[in-house]
Amino acid sequence: MSTLITYREACRQALRDALLSDPKTFLMGEDIGRYGGCYAVTKGLFDEFGEERVRDTPLSESAYVGAGIGAAMVGMRPIVEIMTVNFSLLALDQIVNNAATIPHMSGGQFAVPLVIRISTGGGRRVAAQHSHSLEGWYAHIPGLRILAPAVLEDARYMLAAALKDPNPVLIFEHVMLYNNEGEIDPQVTSVDIEHAKVRRAGTDVSVIAYGNGLIKALAAAEALAAEGISAEIIDLRVLRPLDTPTLLASVAKTRRCVIVDEGWKSGSLAAEIGMRIAEEAFFDLDAPLRRVCGREVPMPYAAHLEDAALPQPADIVAAARDLVRPA
Amino acid sequence: MNARVRLDHDHVRHLLRQMIRIRHFESKCVELYQAQKILGFLHLYDGEEAVSVGVMEALTPEDAVVATYREHGQAIARGIGMDVLMAEMLGKQEGCCCGRGGSMHIFDRKTRFYGGNAIVGGGLPLAVGVALGDKMQGRDAVTACFFGDGAVDEGEFHESMNLASLWRLPVLFVCENNLYAMGMALPRAEAETDLAAKAAAYRMPGIAVDGMDVVAVENAARSAVEQIRAGGGPQFLECRTYRFRAHSMFDAQLYRTKEEVEAWRQKGPIVRFQGWLVKNGLIHDEELHRIEAEADAEIDRAVAFAEAGTLEPLEELDRFVTMDAVPG
Repeated sequence: MSTLITYREACRQALRDALLSDPKTFLMGEDIGRYGGCYAVTKGLFDEFGEERVRDTPLSESAYVGAGIGAAMVGMRPIVEIMTVNFSLLALDQIVNNAATIPHMSGGQFAVPLVIRISTGGGRRVAAQHSHSLEGWYAHIPGLRILAPAVLEDARYMLAAALKDPNPVLIFEHVMLYNNEGEIDPQVTSVDIEHAKVRRAGTDVSVIAYGNGLIKALAAAEALAAEGISAEIIDLRVLRPLDTPTLLASVAKTRRCVIVDEGWKSGSLAAEIGMRIAEEAFFDLDAPLRRVCGREVPMPYAAHLEDAALPQPADIVAAARDLVRPA
Repeated sequence: MNARVRLDHDHVRHLLRQMIRIRHFESKCVELYQAQKILGFLHLYDGEEAVSVGVMEALTPEDAVVATYREHGQAIARGIGMDVLMAEMLGKQEGCCCGRGGSMHIFDRKTRFYGGNAIVGGGLPLAVGVALGDKMQGRDAVTACFFGDGAVDEGEFHESMNLASLWRLPVLFVCENNLYAMGMALPRAEAETDLAAKAAAYRMPGIAVDGMDVVAVENAARSAVEQIRAGGGPQFLECRTYRFRAHSMFDAQLYRTKEEVEAWRQKGPIVRFQGWLVKNGLIHDEELHRIEAEADAEIDRAVAFAEAGTLEPLEELDRFVTMDAVPG
């Protein structure tokens, strides 16, 4: 029997499970407690678990992310929330210079089993300091695992897998996904955090996407099907380390590939994926690789401008169509 | 000298010996640097030994330490073996961090030494977290967090001071004020040069102590740690000290005069403590020579250990980038 659940509720249930199952787990972040979370993900957890385990922090991203690292090094399993990816830049020193380096710098004496949840992405008309997709930057950093749950079961179960990882894991939750509603197969009680997944099988073109881009790619696949084009939609899920074999297997089958990435095209994660395909599957390709990325502008406020700056299903359709049926 | 610390013969001998061990260890490091066996940056603690030696006396093995990139003194005073330290400096796999950290990134699990840290201010949030994690797990541990006057310029200092005080965490913030952040003189960097006074902004007790006086440092640290253990929350201890040598190995020292350095050398922590001990008949030349000879022999053994060390095979380059398990 299945019941409807939102992405937000799935995230909350995952956090609740974590707090119930391991006394070493605690949450820390800005307004996650009494306020209930900027995106209401943690609503109710403060009342249930108390202020020690659901810790409201001052607006000190560097201090509380660093505190999460230190606590993780001495045996705790902190889950830190950063309100939006732009704010994570205030904690970049701790994430990049400490969390990602200490296991290696210490010669394996210390692990940093820390989970950081960060909301990301555009579409909410909040302009250039709350809307960017910087997860690709983090995917550049050795030592970090970067996750992007797009579907409900990933929102529900990626956290548990992340907490089993002895390494720092960053989970990027796209802000446009929180209200998505659907059912989770009750047979599913866990997910892996290793592999990309084919969300819709197809034969003519592979579309690689993650986060809200996946939802748009699935919409594009419907439109393409109506035109007689069969698109295979791959949910990247794990931005680092990349599951290259799954991507190559799909491209070997379809011989065409579109990569969707809300991040800016220059130096993007899409560029990395494209280059890996070029390096390892060049002779499988029947058409050039294509990218549908965010426009290279700071995110504008005006709705029509923001929509134009973000990858849209129509852009994905156009790119895929162009590869399958070149003009 | 304050007499709160019991200045019996064993103890004063121990304090002097620790400072001499650090000083001589680093002199050897300079030789090895000149011989190009130690590479990269090498930040010497010459002149500041009383700070780490004094503070470590106030800690137990259950306590934790977070340090900076100028942390040879803390490492030795905390009890990390000179052999694995020297091997680390030489980039050998027998080093405490398998040669991955080097001089600026000394870690040691056994002594709860959570790193050198080469980002100024970067260790403070980490120390807050170590203290938080210890407190949440019911451990009676204090985290001593060392940083320089330059770190006080950083936002991470203020964020960490506030968070530690707000959550009443058992952190001893130890500011090693050597008057220069690399070449930036304190009055050129800080609107308020009384660093201990800053603690008041976080409702944290803050005191300043003569960082060239090992007994004064030990006294102040013991008193602060006692209050932290009693549940009084974090404390701020400013140790006023001076760095006798260059910031790292290449530094023309255009920012200060030779006379200034020489004046500070005259009141250096070793010359001063040793002179006081001799004058008061607490130590004799013969014993002094023995301490120095023992330190030198220990250093020779450490160098031999490091020189005999091996290079990690290149196939292991990726090891520890990610961990397979949390070390138990």
